[in-house]
Amino acid sequence: MLTFFVLVPLLVLLLLNISWRALPRIVPQAAVLVLGFADVVFGLALPSLPVNSEIPVLSELHFGLVADDLTRVFLVSIGLVICAAAFVNQESMTTERSHRNFCSLLLVSLIGMNGAVLLSDFFSLYVFLEVTAIASFILIAIERGIFAVEGAFRYLLLSAVAAMFMLTGVGLLVFTIGDTTFSAVHESLNVATGTPLLLKMAVGIFIVGLFIKGGLVPFHGWLPGAYSSAPPGVSILLAGIVTKVSGIYALVRIAQDVLVSDPSLSMILLVAGSASIVVGAIAAIGQSDLKRMLAYSSISQVGYIVLALGAGTELGIVAATFHLFNHAIFKSLLFVDSASVESRIGTTDMGKMGGIGAKMPWTGTTTGIAMLSAAGIPPFSGFWSKLLIVLALWKAGREGFAVLAVVASVLTLGYFMVMQHRAFFGKPSAQLDSVKEASAGYVVPAVVFALITVLTGVFFPLLKDSPLSFLLLNKGLSW
Amino acid sequence: MNDAIVEIVMLVTFVLMALWAVLATKLLRAVVALAATSVLVTLLLFKLDSPLAAVFELSVCAGLVSAIFLGTITLTQPENEAEVAESAKERIRRYWYLPPLLLLLGVALLQVALPDVPTAAAAGDDVRKVLWTSRHLDLLGQITVLVAGAFGVIVLFKEARKNER
Repeated sequence: MLTFFVLVPLLVLLLLNISWRALPRIVPQAAVLVLGFADVVFGLALPSLPVNSEIPVLSELHFGLVADDLTRVFLVSIGLVICAAAFVNQESMTTERSHRNFCSLLLVSLIGMNGAVLLSDFFSLYVFLEVTAIASFILIAIERGIFAVEGAFRYLLLSAVAAMFMLTGVGLLVFTIGDTTFSAVHESLNVATGTPLLLKMAVGIFIVGLFIKGGLVPFHGWLPGAYSSAPPGVSILLAGIVTKVSGIYALVRIAQDVLVSDPSLSMILLVAGSASIVVGAIAAIGQSDLKRMLAYSSISQVGYIVLALGAGTELGIVAATFHLFNHAIFKSLLFVDSASVESRIGTTDMGKMGGIGAKMPWTGTTTGIAMLSAAGIPPFSGFWSKLLIVLALWKAGREGFAVLAVVASVLTLGYFMVMQHRAFFGKPSAQLDSVKEASAGYVVPAVVFALITVLTGVFFPLLKDSPLSFLLLNKGLSW
Repeated sequence: MNDAIVEIVMLVTFVLMALWAVLATKLLRAVVALAATSVLVTLLLFKLDSPLAAVFELSVCAGLVSAIFLGTITLTQPENEAEVAESAKERIRRYWYLPPLLLLLGVALLQVALPDVPTAAAAGDDVRKVLWTSRHLDLLGQITVLVAGAFGVIVLFKEARKNER
């Protein structure tokens, strides 16, 4: 059954491109939306689905995929963000051909991300992350603007370096234990006779590759350029989910299944997470372009996720996963809103937006919700995940890092308030007289994401005992 | 003894070719050096009893990739002499520390972490069998990579040329 997440999109991709010209614009769009929605539905319903098919031919093709609560969180996030990107793309892509190409590449990205979150092997993870990365390079440069090509090239170069690290790690794993599955590496690391240095090195080198892919400080150089120069639909995809699946998912997986409560991993994650939080937040304050500011904010928010993992406890992993889901939602929402504004005034320069909230009330309101959630203000979802992060760090005896997380949250509120003030509040200038609210293709995903942010926050106390408890990895934790 | 000398010569040539590939100031020479590096890797793989890996390396890296690079070079404009000299100087100034660092890492790895360097690949199942029985998901991933690559060529190059005309 799980194979369908990889095989069906691949089949649809091939079918769409066999009969290229005859298809009306709506067909590839609908295909992406249906497959994205299928991810959400299956993610919600997975425990009741058979993992391996009973049908003879298909049972041969189960490929050893696995799905646990972490996978479900990612499947739901991937589905939601893919749908939002497809909605926005429908509005923003100017030509038929680029729209079709975009849909096809969105499917390639979906295959890569679905594969990556469903498998349990370092080498397969590397292969599927490369699938996602290749789709991303092309998507960033799809309109061939000079800055977009430059952004894609930077991403390509750093991604190649990351791939080299990951492949070296995989090579060393094969060399030392002859197996690349998560369980085999975990078992070998826990052998009582002492862990071979080379095995630890292998996992460490793989993690460096993940840091680059995840855009963590000091490997964040590629991220602002790629996010800000990409077409609107691609920015949503990259910021909302691709970077998380490419870098952070595997880190969570390693912390949960491979290097469980490893003190050296904890310290590396704490330092990298803190550096990302602080550098991302400080850099975000000085930005005048909305998309660049959101890109730096992403570095900072991903830092929170990594910091939570650094706690090295179950609560830390729950907090990281929950913040990851929340961030996927509110950051996608912010990029949808920036696309809305760009569609109306043709720029994302905050200096030229002054007071646009009055002209675009839906966009202004949903941006406000996302901003408050990102800053960790109650009752929005971001408040709860940040609270869990601080609690996890405090309980793990990392009080200093917990204080840093709180202080950096004030910084986050600061740069988002500056953004709201410059871009959305106040009296609109005369140049914005003719500006109207963005079209439904932008407003619908924005409202859906805003609702998820509000509802997840308001009903968080009930989440533990609801069918959505997988968002907290179904851990019977008390906090 | 003779075998050992041949292997050392091959390894040294391999490193020199790889260095030439990244230090060459002309793209064409860099491609030739890269192809030579691939050929040497192929020979080393044959010596390590991995004929299938060697054939892949020879056909894809030495053959196909070199052909793609050569095709790209014919479509680009070369820099003038002064720019070439300047970028060569700049490259050495920026990356002078990389070769000694690499050497140091290699020695450290050999001394500290790799007490038993294998001289040949472990005898196991036929590669084709391994690929299909335990790594078939990766094959699916590879197929998707190829499809994505084809899209890249169409979207970024073919259509760009069409627009130029």
